[in-house]
Formats: sequence, C-alpha cells, structure tokens
Amino acid sequence: MSFNNLDTLYRQVIMDHYKTPRNRGKLEGDHITVEMNNPTCGDRIDLQLKLDDGIVQDAKFEGEGCSISMASASMMTQVVVGKPIEEALKISKMFSDMMLGNELEDHDYDLEDLGDIQALQGVSKFPARIKCATLAWKAMEQGVEKND
Amino acid sequence: MTNMESVRKQFPILNQEVNGHPLVYLDSSATSQKPSSVIDAVSDYYKQYNSNVHRGVHTLGTYATEGYEGAREKVKDFINASSIKEVIFTRGTTTAINTVASSYGRDHLQSGDEIVLTKMEHHSNIIPWQQIAKATGAELKYIPLQEDGTILIEDVEKLVTERTKIVAMTHVSNVLGTINPIKEVAKIAHKQNAVIVVDGAQSVPHMRVDVQDLDADFYAFSAHKMCGPTGIGVLYGKKSLLEKMEPVEFGGEMIDFVNLHDSTWKELPWKFEGGTPIIAGAIGLGKAIDFLNEVGMDNVEAHESELVSYAMEQMNTIDGMTIYGPKKRAGLVTFNLDDVHPHDGATALDSLGIAVRAGHHCAQPLMRELQVAATARASFYLYNNKQDVDLLVDGLKKTKEYFGDVF
Ligand SMILES: Cc1ncc(COP(=O)(O)O)c(C=O)c1O
Repeated sequence: MSFNNLDTLYRQVIMDHYKTPRNRGKLEGDHITVEMNNPTCGDRIDLQLKLDDGIVQDAKFEGEGCSISMASASMMTQVVVGKPIEEALKISKMFSDMMLGNELEDHDYDLEDLGDIQALQGVSKFPARIKCATLAWKAMEQGVEKND
Repeated sequence: MTNMESVRKQFPILNQEVNGHPLVYLDSSATSQKPSSVIDAVSDYYKQYNSNVHRGVHTLGTYATEGYEGAREKVKDFINASSIKEVIFTRGTTTAINTVASSYGRDHLQSGDEIVLTKMEHHSNIIPWQQIAKATGAELKYIPLQEDGTILIEDVEKLVTERTKIVAMTHVSNVLGTINPIKEVAKIAHKQNAVIVVDGAQSVPHMRVDVQDLDADFYAFSAHKMCGPTGIGVLYGKKSLLEKMEPVEFGGEMIDFVNLHDSTWKELPWKFEGGTPIIAGAIGLGKAIDFLNEVGMDNVEAHESELVSYAMEQMNTIDGMTIYGPKKRAGLVTFNLDDVHPHDGATALDSLGIAVRAGHHCAQPLMRELQVAATARASFYLYNNKQDVDLLVDGLKKTKEYFGDVF
C-alpha cells in the first residue's frame, strides 16, 4: 500500500515552495493589504501588493495554512511581480480554469509560461483542496479591486 | 453484551471502498452514519403515509401525526423529560440554542447582566449569545480551560455571580472530548437564579443523558449525530420556563386563534413549531432512538470508551504526535502530527479510504486557546472497531513517512 496517487498532488516543486516560500514577509512603504481566510478550514493569508503605473511592483505574503495554500501563495507572488496588473488578472483567470479542470487553450498563456504554477495542476483532481490553492489568487484579485 | 460487529453490519454505507480502500469512517462527530432501519423508516413514510400532520381528518394524516408525535414520546423517554410538552422539534442543535437565545435571552437579559460560557464552545453555542448580548447590553464571561482541556468547578463558582442570568455550556466538547460536570454547574447556576443551557450535540448520541437528573433548564441536540436524519433536532426545556416564553417563529401550526390584529398560541410544545414540521425527520429520529435503545446506551458508551483508550495508546506510539484534551474523554481524538498540516494529513488518509476531519471544527476561539490554526480529528461511534483504529494508526505512520520524505 502506498500513496501513488498523492504524488500528483504533492509535487516536489510544491513542497519546495512550502518549505522555502518566496516573497514571504512584509512590504515596506505604501502598499495595499488584503487579509483573506478560508472559513471552513482556517487557512489564512495576509497579502501585500505594491501597485504603481499599472504594474505589480512588488508582492509579499504572510499567513498560515496547508502546503497547497502556502505554496500557491508563494508561486503566485513570484509570477505576478513585475507584470502589468491586467496580465496578473489574466493569469489568475487561467489559474482558476486550471483548478476547475477546464480547457486552457483560449488563454493568452501556455502552461510553460507560468513556471512553477504548473505543478498545481494536480489539485484539480482533489476537489476538497481547490479552495486552498485559489486563496492567494482571490486575495490578489481583491487587492487589485481595492486599488481601483 | 451486544455484539458490536452485528451492529456495524446494519450500516450499509460502511460496506464500500473509497479510493480503492475499504472505508474507515472516523468523522461521526461531524455526522454519524445511519442504520438501515432509519433509512427504511424515512423511505416508508414517503412511500406509504406521507401527509401533513395535525390537519384534516384523512387516514394518512392520522398515520403521519402518530409517527411524528410518537417520535416525540420516544425522545421524551430517551432523555427522561417529564412531559412531551418539554420536547420541541427544531432543525438541530444550532436552531435549538438560537431559539433559547432569541426568546428566553431577549426577555431576561438587560444591560449589566452576564452570560457565562466556556472557552471550548462550538460556534453554535457562542454566536447566538454574542448576538443577544449585543442586542441587550449583556456581557459574555468565559470560564478558562486548564492545561488538559477541562474546567475547574472553582472557576465556575467564581464566574457565576448574581449578575449571571444564563450559563451556556457544552456537555461534551467536539474537539477535546472533555465531559463537563453539568450537574455541578447547574447547581451553581441555580444558586444564583441563573438558567443553564446545555449543548448536548456530542453527548446524547454517545452516553445516557437524563435531563432531570442533570437539572438542566435547556438541553439541545441534533438527530444527525445519533444515527438519525439531518434537518431535525431537539430543544428540551423545563415546562415552567417554556410556558412563559414567546415563540420565535410565527405562522401555521403554532396558533390557537387568529384574529386580524392579534393571535394566540397553541399549547406546548407546538407553539414553538411554526409551519409544517420536519415529519420524515422526526420519524427517522424516533427509529434512531429505537436502534440506540436496542444496542443500549451503556454499551455504546463502554464500546467507545474502550476504542478511544486503545486509539490514544496506539497513536501515542507515533513520534511527533500531539493529542489535545484530557485523558478521561468521550470517543474522539483531536491531534496534530509533526509539521504535517492537518489538511495535508487528512488528504493523505483519505487516499487510503480513511475519513477524518481537519480544520478548526467550528471552534475558532478554542483553536486560538490551543495556539494552533487547525487540527485533525478522528471520532468514533458504535460501528467503529479496533481494526479501524489500527488502519488509522498505520495510515498516520505512512503519512508521516510520506511527508517526512518530501518535506
Ligand atoms: C458541540 C457541538 N455543538 C453544536 C453543534 C451544531 O450542531 P448542528 O450543526 O447539528 O446544529 C455541533 C456539531 O457540529 C457540535 O459538535
């Protein structure tokens, strides 16, 4: 008896982001803060975004949660920093479709463009865990809305 | 003693594979499974005598009324209420506690009064009191927890004062398994002329409860945690208190005379049951009580006590295991394993067919008290056996190994 099917969920890259999260911490200076939690399970993220000139200048997060939620936050910040806000939102939409197991052909990006995020594709096979993966992305979307 | 293996066979849902493994269901504190007799009773009602109750004169209506009111009799005997007037059907524990808060609470609380709770309450025994406190100007006081997750009677005596109007306490904690000394607390509350509202969601399914012996003023529980259907539960209240209370829901079924500008209510317990009641649910609950009586609540309690001792003993052999709550406890174990986040642990166990709960268990203040964001919980019922525990322990060891490797 082994955990064969678990490996589709817990990919090495995910564990790496969980163990050594990128962009974990606090932003200095002017920024937007979004606190979001997953009331059913207690995952919590405190996301800080610096949005200037239509660009995500910087992003950091704090919080606590399972490997999927924290790894997803780490990957999300990694990919959106330096990108135009519009692009960040497009990627978020694509991520959401990926979680729902939808076709991704209509999106402007290939999975390969998204770097580590691809590793989260397996989450779509574990419906109970999709909310963990999408938490950070929802926080980012809310941060952008706050900016408007 | 009842053969518990034959009891297990009466739960058809347990006989299946989940993710390629035989199901090990260890989440009965969230909701219990249902025996065939309960499933059949609900189905028979819909197939053979579905009708509204207390209305009309036709034959099926009479059967339905007998089924519904017969269930009330069974509940009365099961918890030893003194009269069926004291047994109100509600949607569950949550609705029962909200009914007391909205009716008794609203009429008896004013600014300066206090409501005393414990720090181990389920959200459903916190928020109704927060809301009524805000509306009336009353204040909430919390009985602290000891290191082992129990409360001290001395603390109850200190916190319950002449300002206290209501003491709201769970009989059994859904996280710690702590069994609170309700009878002693009721005495202290009554000395100060306060009432005690007991959350019995985790006690009635698992042990013999005698509301008169406890001298509880209100006692709430849910059918779905005691082999019955979802959507129905019970509010027990002392007749002397219920008689003076205003209904919370108004409409059909609960009225006596309706005039254009004023109406009067039916007698107890019906004045609290506005609208078409939960007929199928009550019939299912009645059957669940028959089932539990056949097994015997003393047997249920003894069986779970043995299982939980065995589980704690076995789980404690795993390195990095933290178990929350006291040694003497009801049939559940809440734990954390090393740095494995409970969601990750629960997903790993699920892939082995083992169902446990992970999260805050609707007790966020208690989680903060334990200084954890989340925990995992294995809870047992009369259909679980030692093999379930062995599979859990084995699964936990594998989980630890798996995440130990990848982390
Ligand atoms: C201690 C306790 N109180 C109250 C409840 C709420 O019960 P229900 O959701 O059936 O209203 C539960 C169940 O989750 C519980 O465990």
